[in-house]
Amino acid sequence: MTAIAPQMRILIIEDDRESADYLVKAFREVGYIADLASDGEDGLSMAESGEYDVLVVDRMLPKRDGLSLIGALRDAGNRTPVLILSALGQVDDRIKGLRAGGDDYLPKPYAFAELLARVEVLSRRNVGPAEETTYRVGDLELDRLSHRVARGKDELTLQPREFRLLEYLMKHAGQVVTRTMLLENVWDYHFDPQTNVIDVHISRLRSKIDKGFERPLLHTIRGAGYMIRDGIR
Amino acid sequence: MTAFGKLIRTTAFRLTLVYLFLFALFAASLLGYFALNTRRLITEQITTTVNAEVSEITDIYNRRGLHGLLNTMGNRALRPGANLYLLTAPNGQALAGNVDSLAPGVMSTEGWSETAYRRFDDQGNMDHRALVRVTEMSNGFRLLVGRDLEERRRLFGIVAKAAQWSILVVVVLGIGGGIFVARRVLRRIDAMTGTTQRIMAGDLSGRLPVGRSGDELDRLAENLNAMLERIEALMTGLKEVSDNIAHDLKTPLTRLRNRAEEALAKSGCEADYRAALERTIEESDGLIRTFNALLMIARAESGQARGNMDDFDAADVANGIHELYEPLAEDDGMMLRVKTAPTPIHGNRELISQALANLVENAIKYGKPESSVQPLNADARDILIEACRERDQVLLSVTDHGPGIPEGDRKHAVERFVRLEASRTLPGSGLGLSLASAVATLHGGELRLGDSHPGLVATLALPARAGGSDRLAAQTPDVPQKAA
Repeated sequence: MTAIAPQMRILIIEDDRESADYLVKAFREVGYIADLASDGEDGLSMAESGEYDVLVVDRMLPKRDGLSLIGALRDAGNRTPVLILSALGQVDDRIKGLRAGGDDYLPKPYAFAELLARVEVLSRRNVGPAEETTYRVGDLELDRLSHRVARGKDELTLQPREFRLLEYLMKHAGQVVTRTMLLENVWDYHFDPQTNVIDVHISRLRSKIDKGFERPLLHTIRGAGYMIRDGIR
Repeated sequence: MTAFGKLIRTTAFRLTLVYLFLFALFAASLLGYFALNTRRLITEQITTTVNAEVSEITDIYNRRGLHGLLNTMGNRALRPGANLYLLTAPNGQALAGNVDSLAPGVMSTEGWSETAYRRFDDQGNMDHRALVRVTEMSNGFRLLVGRDLEERRRLFGIVAKAAQWSILVVVVLGIGGGIFVARRVLRRIDAMTGTTQRIMAGDLSGRLPVGRSGDELDRLAENLNAMLERIEALMTGLKEVSDNIAHDLKTPLTRLRNRAEEALAKSGCEADYRAALERTIEESDGLIRTFNALLMIARAESGQARGNMDDFDAADVANGIHELYEPLAEDDGMMLRVKTAPTPIHGNRELISQALANLVENAIKYGKPESSVQPLNADARDILIEACRERDQVLLSVTDHGPGIPEGDRKHAVERFVRLEASRTLPGSGLGLSLASAVATLHGGELRLGDSHPGLVATLALPARAGGSDRLAAQTPDVPQKAA
């Protein structure tokens, strides 16, 4: 599940040595370039260079806290996507983080798969093309304006929410999308359901777009989430 | 502090001192008033007597001349307990009377004066005092008539003594009474202090002694006891919660540890390690979820989430949750329905959504009809999410037709980590209802658990937002009352 794009550069600004090293190592293992800054001032000057595709910023940092770092960066006109990591996982803290200019917010502790999926989605925003009106994956086609979905020659009938689910998956085709990301972006809920409620929606969607077709497009990525892609490519 | 020091510092004792001072002042002024009036009365009496005698003697002198005068004065002066008499010639020589000597200059001033004097029959000094009147008669003779003031002095002595004694009695009784009252109060306060110290030392079952008189101290003790009752209940609840926390967090932690240990001990292949690690991650995810739920409850209970409230329609929340959970319910063989009416509300949308989601998850998990009890029909597998308005409340309810919760257990079910016996075997953190309850409390409402014959109705009763038209409607009945 490595990116097709040229090597992604990630700056991790985190003061806890162990988790920072773990992140650097984990990102390098999936083939990205990961640099490390261990306080807010260093992080800001490194981020200002503008060489990074994504910044992963801890909320509480020595010298300059995460939110003020993002604010300074945004004031200087730097639009590099930022993912905020924080032990403060509550809803208002998330809103505060996003208001300060962050693009995504992930409470600690997190699964690396979750962080990776979010970083990949964020980075795409940085280099990605303008919003298309039609998404295509294999022979699956989704028209965002007419809300028409078709696979090959077959027209598919989707419920509005299934449409939005598929739209989100196809917008990030080839990328892992986690359950929480779906819950946040398709349903706009930021809590953690105790049940596999998303899986059921996915399996319904799957039965509509993949059932009866030889090549499945909607894949389950174990331990991470889901991905829509044309298997052959 | 010494016992005496403690005693005189009591409020009772201090109050006694204040009263003591007031009573002494009262007694003194009463006696003073009495003394002054008596003195005035005595003086008046003396004046009247002396005046009568002066006019009598003048009359005799006028009728019978100097000789008659001398005669009368001689007689009168010799009577026992007689007044004072003195007659002087124009040259100042004493002609008749019983006065041996006077303060100098008394005879030369006409009218009333107070003077020291000595009688002929007295041997002592000039220590007697008298009120005298000097009258000038024709031919330059001067007449002095007066009366001893001993009576008045004696009376004053009696009054002064009475004052001394009464003040002494007041002081002694006052201080004694003060000490008595203070000690009585102090004894009861000391008993209370002793009990509170025992309670502070950890014996929460202790209660303050309550007397039978129903006085202010008893009322205080009763109130304190009620407070202690509440604290004890809270502490018991807290202990139960911490026991449950210990159980529900330690059990997965122990499993986690055991699994890691087992994987290490068995020199297994990579696949075994892999499986063990995967299970470890799963387990720790569960722990994180429990932890998050606990934090969320704590946050809702502490009221921190109040800052993030806005106006919205609770019906949207109901529809959203229905839409999210409908497929899950169907997969479980249940039928999730929704019924909504416009329900404006002011609150934290995220928290209310989560609370409702928890209720729906519970209904899906535990609300399956008991097939053994009743014949299955289509309705029994229904779960209904309802948003409606009842007077000034918004009710968000979830109704299932499962086994329900016995009435006695309902209160208990809302508590943290409580999973009723029937559900112990099903997965879950046992925090769903407590979170829903905490969210309801945060919004000034409550979580109600009821019976749906059979089954459970869990209702989030939240205060409705007073919209423009609603407020008018709510106020209308008030208007005639105000006018009346």
